[in-house]
Amino acid sequence: MTRGIILTILAIAIGYTVYAAVTKDKINIVQAGAQAPDFEVIDLHGEKHRLKDYEGKGVVLNFWGTWCEPCEREFPAMTRQYAEFKHQDVQIIAVNFAQSEFEVKKYVANMGMTFPVAIDKTKSVFTAYNIGPLPTSIFIKPDGTINRIITGEMTEGEIVQYMESIKPE
Amino acid sequence: MSLIDLSGYLLYAAFISYLVGTFLFAGAIKVKNDTAAARADKYGKIALVVTIIGFVAQLGYFITRWMYTGHAPVSNMFEFTTAFGMFIVLSFIVIYITYKVAALGVVALPIALLIIAYASMFPTEVSPLVPSLQSHWLTIHVTTAALGQSIFGISAVAGLIYLLRNVNMNERSKESFWLETVMFCCVLVVGFVVATVTFNAMDYEAKYEYVDTLDQVSTSTYLMPAVFGMNEYVELSEDRMTPLFELPALIDARKLTTVFWSVLFGTIIYLLIRLITRRKIATMFQPLVKRVNSTLMDEIAYRSILIAFPIFTLGALIFAMIWAQEAWGRFWGWDPKEVWALITWLFYAAFLHLRLSKGWEGRKSAWLTVIGFLIILFNLVVVNLVIAGLHSYA
Amino acid sequence: MNKLLCECGHENPEGTTLCQKCGSPLSAEEKSKKIADMRYEGSAIRSKTYNKSIIDKIWNFFSSVKVGITLIIINLIAASIGTILPQEFYISVATDAEKEKYYSDVYGWFGEIYYALGLSDLYSSLWFQLLVLMLGVSIIIASIDRGIPLHKSLKNQRVKRHTNFMKRQRIIGEGKPTETREQTLQLVEQSLKNLKYNVRREDSSILAERGRFSRYGAYINHVGLIVFLIGVMLHLVPGMYVDESMWLREGETRAVPGMDGYFLKNDKFILETYDNVPQGEQIKQGVNVVAKNFQTDVTLYKQKENSVPGQAENLEEVKQYGIQVNHPLKHEGYAFYQMDFRLNEIKTMVFDLTNKETEQSLGQISIDLTNPQEMYTLDNGAQVQLMGYYPDFSGFKEGVPQTATQTPNNPAFIFKMITPETPEGETSFVAIQQTLEPEGDNIYKMKFSNVETRHMSGLTIRYDRTIPILIVGGIIFMIGVAIGSYWNHRRIWVEQLADGTIRLAAHTNKNWFSMKKDLDALTKHAHLPQYVDQQEIENNEHVETEKDGKTL
Repeated sequence: MTRGIILTILAIAIGYTVYAAVTKDKINIVQAGAQAPDFEVIDLHGEKHRLKDYEGKGVVLNFWGTWCEPCEREFPAMTRQYAEFKHQDVQIIAVNFAQSEFEVKKYVANMGMTFPVAIDKTKSVFTAYNIGPLPTSIFIKPDGTINRIITGEMTEGEIVQYMESIKPE
Repeated sequence: MSLIDLSGYLLYAAFISYLVGTFLFAGAIKVKNDTAAARADKYGKIALVVTIIGFVAQLGYFITRWMYTGHAPVSNMFEFTTAFGMFIVLSFIVIYITYKVAALGVVALPIALLIIAYASMFPTEVSPLVPSLQSHWLTIHVTTAALGQSIFGISAVAGLIYLLRNVNMNERSKESFWLETVMFCCVLVVGFVVATVTFNAMDYEAKYEYVDTLDQVSTSTYLMPAVFGMNEYVELSEDRMTPLFELPALIDARKLTTVFWSVLFGTIIYLLIRLITRRKIATMFQPLVKRVNSTLMDEIAYRSILIAFPIFTLGALIFAMIWAQEAWGRFWGWDPKEVWALITWLFYAAFLHLRLSKGWEGRKSAWLTVIGFLIILFNLVVVNLVIAGLHSYA
Repeated sequence: MNKLLCECGHENPEGTTLCQKCGSPLSAEEKSKKIADMRYEGSAIRSKTYNKSIIDKIWNFFSSVKVGITLIIINLIAASIGTILPQEFYISVATDAEKEKYYSDVYGWFGEIYYALGLSDLYSSLWFQLLVLMLGVSIIIASIDRGIPLHKSLKNQRVKRHTNFMKRQRIIGEGKPTETREQTLQLVEQSLKNLKYNVRREDSSILAERGRFSRYGAYINHVGLIVFLIGVMLHLVPGMYVDESMWLREGETRAVPGMDGYFLKNDKFILETYDNVPQGEQIKQGVNVVAKNFQTDVTLYKQKENSVPGQAENLEEVKQYGIQVNHPLKHEGYAFYQMDFRLNEIKTMVFDLTNKETEQSLGQISIDLTNPQEMYTLDNGAQVQLMGYYPDFSGFKEGVPQTATQTPNNPAFIFKMITPETPEGETSFVAIQQTLEPEGDNIYKMKFSNVETRHMSGLTIRYDRTIPILIVGGIIFMIGVAIGSYWNHRRIWVEQLADGTIRLAAHTNKNWFSMKKDLDALTKHAHLPQYVDQQEIENNEHVETEKDGKTL
């Protein structure tokens, strides 16, 4: 009887350890379904954007850099869809990986990006969201929870679909 | 005379003392059960005194070198290995005083001599401490680990004597083969020393340029004639041996050349010994150990491991983990030296369990003590010199 | 459960090998041995008794010492495989693809196989961790299985033992004392007390015992190991363990990964070397100078209360510190370690606006690569407009310069030079060792003059709340292993028979050599008959038969 209890406890301990070891890396990054960490960034025009202020609206939080080719490929589609969804209360905030203002401004001008772009000079937001590869787009619902996290390039169709799903009712 | 010179002379003095001590211990071995016993006792006492004098001299080398360099002399291959030899002598002295078996001296002192000789083949100049070693943990961790390892060494000495006493060298068996192989390996160490000293006396030096594993050009200085050449080597010195083989960048051809010459010299010396004495080396030891009490040897071996195990755990694992946490922020990183320290620890743990629970005594136990010491030597030689890592010191 | 009835009348639990009351052998195996197996005091080891249900089978498997030793050996061998080639942690490449390539490039086919089998990340692999866990399970179950019966036996042992028990100990003595009978047992008692034994007497039987606590050494050290393993396992619980790293250039301020609300600024990186002439082993290693000190002077900042990520203005300074190897910066359980560094990354590039023909310079501009300006105006009115900046120039795509990363490894610029002579401006593309003039021959060029560099520090951030547990585990282990190794459990039974004969038996779990010294003192002081070591006799006989070829 006692032995059975001991064996069960050991089995549970081992099971938990194995489970935790396997899922360890995945837990790190902020997950879908979790509350998106609040943040504040200042865009290239000097305007502040705070996530909390967007309560009730959908937010696409995009992390990028000028050297990132997939980012370059998806920005035109994002810009196009932004024009549509802007009026449906979905905001895009593109956060740059601490590059120089010169590079970012030039890039934005060349690409014709119309949505707010901010430079995360201290990589504070990147760290809070535990961002690894670029591009990473976080789709945040109007209630502040994360709908999905996409790492890698998105097709225009996907962009439409994802932005649709975080549109406020 | 500067402290460092004094230090060097004291080490020489210690070396000579141990050499003399070996012969005195041999003289102290009771051959017959007669009045020679009194003479043997006298020899034994003198041998012990000479050994203690040698140890004090080596302790003097240790202290003077410490004073001169400002740090405990355990920071590079030469310093550490010499200290290791010193601790083996210390452990031997303690065990001898406890058990008074002269045969121990005949095996322990030569091993200490071999280790010190091996150590002296490495650069002996004083070099300043790199930042990672600038910590009082250097002293604490390394000396405790060395002490633990040296007591394990004594267990191997007792184990070796047990085998020399009990293995029939006249029979062709696995045991007699391996026992002689152990003797042969000791001769190889002598070969390494002889080869190094010979080429050193000739002031041999040859420089080569080569391409390393990361495709970068580098130079290598050979201190022995290059039998094996580095990857895409270019000879920079004139009138030096042209390598017979070129090896890929992965293998350090310079070190392999050293191994080659050591094995060559060692084998020649071994063959000469066999030819001249017409006997196997293990057989030559047998008269000296004939009257040794096997049960006692077995107990000495076991007791040494029991004494050594906590010390080794404390020094090589616990202090090591504390220091690693302070220096690198992680108490255990699975680097080769740490892993082989763990392997050593696990091995001796297995030994203790086999002995206590499975009753492995006598011969099986003796072989295990020898294997355990070989693992320690693997950590000292191969992990430091061959496997690169955070921990390699040569 | 079948009880075993002993001659003396006591009922023993099934599986007992020596009677709990008198010590007489109970099992056939025990009876056939000349010397009693005293390892567990003859108590019933659970696992050797029952083997019916699945719980029994699992329990018995892990309780077996043979299995335990096998697990130790397997762990040992597995660990050694990870040292054949350097583990992934120690090679400085980041992505999986790069790692695969590294092993294949440097170590050839062996490296490829090594990587493919997962051996290059052996210690984090699931199977290795399972091996260690199984060893832990074995330790726990084997200890419980044996420790509890052992404890009970030691606690309940009796003073008077059966003749069969006495005669089957390793050390026995029997005979008449050399003094009168009444005094003998008193002398024995006194002598043993002087030797620091705990003496119990029942009529004409004496049990002297010393160092019983050392029998528990093994079990205590096992507890220590388990506590340590638990500590390690707790690393996986969120919030217990943070292990991050960050690269910080001089002058940069960055949020600290894993430490919410804190920022670190690299004020300066210092590399000091010894001014010595390279010596023996340094020459062998190809080292030119020996590092004396590397240190990063940092300032730790904290956000104000109720701040969120991204709000990096108005940070409060917490402390300043020079992080050295062996001297981490510590704050509230977090520690920053000096791990790595990279020297001389380009920070500023200085160019001369030069007339190609006359080689005369109209002035210098200094471009701060962290903050390039759109327009640089020179004293004499000439201007240089920066049209593009590409930190890590990797080639052109459809005529547009591309950058591979954001690190200034290979900076390239597109300049528009506006001079009094060329008011419309001349365009020039300038990279290292490469100048392109897309509009045809220019009059002016931007000539590279100078760089300023800065260093980068690699720091590791650690937060480990399991350390106290690990320390406790280590201490318990050391205590257990010390009392198990440095003390031993000695017992001497003496009884005087009706006719005055003294019967003696002695046992210790280790170090018979010292035990015999105690016995010699006792024998001398109490005038006892000489004792014998039955095992030594057996060994010597064994050796004799081996040597002479005789069979007994």
